[in-house]
Amino acid sequence: MSITSDSEPKARHSVGQSMKRKEDPRLIQGRGRFLDDIVLPNMLHLAIVHSPYAHARIVKIDKSAALAVPGVKAVLTGEDLTAAGLAWIPTFHGYDKQMVLAVGKVLYQYQEVAGVVATSREIANDAAELVVVEYEQLDPIVDPFVARRDGNILRDDRENKTNHIYHWEVGKRAEADAALASSEVKVKQRIYFQRCHPAPLEPCGAIADMNGASGRLTLYLTSQAPHAHRTVVSLVTGIPEDKIHVISPDIGGGFGNKVPVYAGYVVSAVGSVVLGVPVKWVETRTENLTTTGFARDYHMDVEIGASKAGKLTALKVTTVADHGAFDAAADPTKYPAGMFGVVTGSYDFPVAFTELDAYFTNKAPGGIAYRCSFRVTEASYAIERGMDLLAGELKMDPAELRSLNFLKKEQFPYQSPLGFEYDSGDYETTLRKALDRIGYTDLRREQAERRQRGELMGIGLSTFTEVVGAGPGRLFDIMGIKMFDSAEIRIHPTGSGIVRTGTRHQGQGHETTWAQIVAEELGLDPQNLRVEEGDTDTAPYGLGTYASRSTPVAGAALVKAAQRIRERARKVAAHLLEAAEDDIDWIDYKFQVKGVPGKTIGMKEIAFAAYTNPGPGNEPGLEATYYYDPPNMTFPHGAYVAVVDVDRATGATKVRRFVAIDDCGTVINPMIVEGQIHGGLTEGFAIAFMQEITFDENGNHLNPNFTDYLLPTSLETPAWETGNTVTPSPHHPIGAKGVGESPNVGSPAAFVNAVMDALAPLGIKHIDMPLTREKVWRAIRDSGA
Amino acid sequence: MKVALTVNGTAFERDVEPRMLLAYFLREELGLTGTHVGCDTSSCGCCVVLFDGERAVKSCTMFAVMADGHEITTVEGLAQGGKLHPLQQAFWDCHGLQCGFCTPGMMLTSVAFLKKNPHPSEGEIREALSGNLCRCTGYQNIVKAVQQAAGELAAEPVAEPVAVS
Ligand code: FES
Ligand code: FES
Repeated sequence: MSITSDSEPKARHSVGQSMKRKEDPRLIQGRGRFLDDIVLPNMLHLAIVHSPYAHARIVKIDKSAALAVPGVKAVLTGEDLTAAGLAWIPTFHGYDKQMVLAVGKVLYQYQEVAGVVATSREIANDAAELVVVEYEQLDPIVDPFVARRDGNILRDDRENKTNHIYHWEVGKRAEADAALASSEVKVKQRIYFQRCHPAPLEPCGAIADMNGASGRLTLYLTSQAPHAHRTVVSLVTGIPEDKIHVISPDIGGGFGNKVPVYAGYVVSAVGSVVLGVPVKWVETRTENLTTTGFARDYHMDVEIGASKAGKLTALKVTTVADHGAFDAAADPTKYPAGMFGVVTGSYDFPVAFTELDAYFTNKAPGGIAYRCSFRVTEASYAIERGMDLLAGELKMDPAELRSLNFLKKEQFPYQSPLGFEYDSGDYETTLRKALDRIGYTDLRREQAERRQRGELMGIGLSTFTEVVGAGPGRLFDIMGIKMFDSAEIRIHPTGSGIVRTGTRHQGQGHETTWAQIVAEELGLDPQNLRVEEGDTDTAPYGLGTYASRSTPVAGAALVKAAQRIRERARKVAAHLLEAAEDDIDWIDYKFQVKGVPGKTIGMKEIAFAAYTNPGPGNEPGLEATYYYDPPNMTFPHGAYVAVVDVDRATGATKVRRFVAIDDCGTVINPMIVEGQIHGGLTEGFAIAFMQEITFDENGNHLNPNFTDYLLPTSLETPAWETGNTVTPSPHHPIGAKGVGESPNVGSPAAFVNAVMDALAPLGIKHIDMPLTREKVWRAIRDSGA
Repeated sequence: MKVALTVNGTAFERDVEPRMLLAYFLREELGLTGTHVGCDTSSCGCCVVLFDGERAVKSCTMFAVMADGHEITTVEGLAQGGKLHPLQQAFWDCHGLQCGFCTPGMMLTSVAFLKKNPHPSEGEIREALSGNLCRCTGYQNIVKAVQQAAGELAAEPVAEPVAVS
């Protein structure tokens, strides 16, 4: 092997390229491996029996008819789990506990009551219908404002006899109240962010395989956080962590739904331990929508003060949160309301205060981060709606009001009044770009003309700031485990390699993006860098993929690990180039002897030498691991503009155009980033116009399937116009900030603001999402216009 | 109950419960797990296969025995002679998939659609795909992929893949 390399690494400038995805060939040929595709020898199937009532005492469970069905191997109830010490498990952050299978009473409709394990899915389902459960109905509470009165205590298992879960606050209450009282202009609005569900197309599932001989439990899980799940399983069951192997195979979408631990996971594990064979559980769509992690359900009172000229003076947001039957909200331990403190958004508030009280109700537990960095979506929606309400009150253009109050480029790093240090941002540039792109001035002119004719056309803005990348270990943990992430890189002798991280993608394209990051640092071909995630036996420990944390945290770990590889390689290069290590530079993706441009060597050659001729005293091989604890969160931002036409007669809304300008810092793969934005905008659109989980007064779930829980199809989904600005994060090694959630966080307000702008001539100020045709029609009718 | 059918050009004969859905027959009896199941109300389209080379059907909405004597094409049968079908290529080129769970159904729906309408408008494509949900892509790149494939299929009709018995 020659010591000077003339090979042109294809990977040159790998970051920033729209490289086609490496995961696609298997997925487009039906050769992915999703959980339900996995079949193990002698595998049994679990079906779950659910409660028909939202609140009821369990009088008796009769298993006998189910057990008599040929093929049924076991029927498990809460009592059986009590014997195993597994009837209750701690919730996500450990502040509460939740039932796996109901003991004593059920607290929400569809709650898991029993599990039937049988030789086929069909037999298990048939037998599940034969489990006879006798209930005594109790009064349900479905409204957190009723729960607040404590007339009827739902959780009699808890020491504190109250439906109140916790109070949380941040900021200066007295100062905010005083500033609001003395503000020249004030707006106040109750804004409800409805309960919705992420509904990834692949439902949740598990296969538990306890090997009685080795004592090792293998768990295939639809898991966005396989290591965290391994630790939780160990803590809950007492099985040593080395005897637990979690494998998270290809995941068909997660969006936060696949972060928590669900009853089916635990019951299949118990089933496998008891029966000694693998047990599979795959939920139905109904089970997915009724029992696994819902999102949002925040009732927010938003108050904003300003001067007559539109300068902001104060913000106060008071929230009542509906957590359902258990406090299973997926938020970091010290942040029970997640990152809701980012509610001051992109604006320079001199003072702010926010408080939140959470309550139990007879609904499914959850409160997961649905394409959201822990309650940022609720916060962004509150402030961005609030700004439009204020603009209306001031009779000021909403773009102008935003501009006037934006944090300026020079103000970063910016200490927000609610405790965050924003890393970087350039809000004005992003907004200008969005307004230019959509032709804002012309649209306002067109709107004025249409209004003359009585037509309802609206333009809605959202200039949001997100906070993602949880997070610095000093602040963020889940059950005590710091929210760092990790990367391991092994370069093989022939210059290809394997890259592993503690994250687990669900469609975000890590297999491509990670390869690009490493290729960029090492000058190798990304096509030959295999990315592997999701296997706790091989991947380094990490907290998983959600809350847009993968690129900010694991992405940074990859850069650092690659740089470690480079430092080891530099020693080998020094040996091969016969120069002192200090005289070796990394230039143009190659090592070069200082001042001797002809004397270079590439990483591929170094890799071979690392295994064949590393040089005296140099450690052979070429591998590195890095655990990255981020110094801060990252703060992506964006400016979105929606144009919506509303039909006066029917209340139908039509999104005519939507421009999204995002700033997620350095872009690694523009094609993938754009795809993430398309997807997030579509979910934001769905939330604004369609998605809501509703209950009747008895706690009956009213949309437990896709015929009632409406998701947008290709037909109603608007065409998205995207663009970006680049304000790198100063503390991320390559300046990347994360993007998957921005569009879902930022867009609902843009849609709603557009519809409200259209309805403004009728005197309508606010309608809660989803803005269905019926709701809009009713509002128009009630306006008397 | 006996069922004899052709899947991706290969003849199969099995004895199945009459209530077995075609989707589970393909997945569990034949091990063709590219056909996915995403709902229980015939809403999502993850399970779409090609029926007799012509019609896109939701295989969760048909009993296996109803396919007796018919030809089924699944995602595993799309590539021919080691070459991706133009739709597969287009989904890859246009970033028409993210998690990939909806993708087989999307592609098979598109195969049937482009046979009927080889030169569709964007609106027609959106209408044709409206029985298939995708939670990841926002459909825009899927539409682009179908447009690209339509162009290619129209240019070289030989590339049309139909399961041949
Ligand atoms: S599985 Fe959803 S339509 Fe067939
Ligand atoms: S790519 Fe995930 S559902 Fe379509």
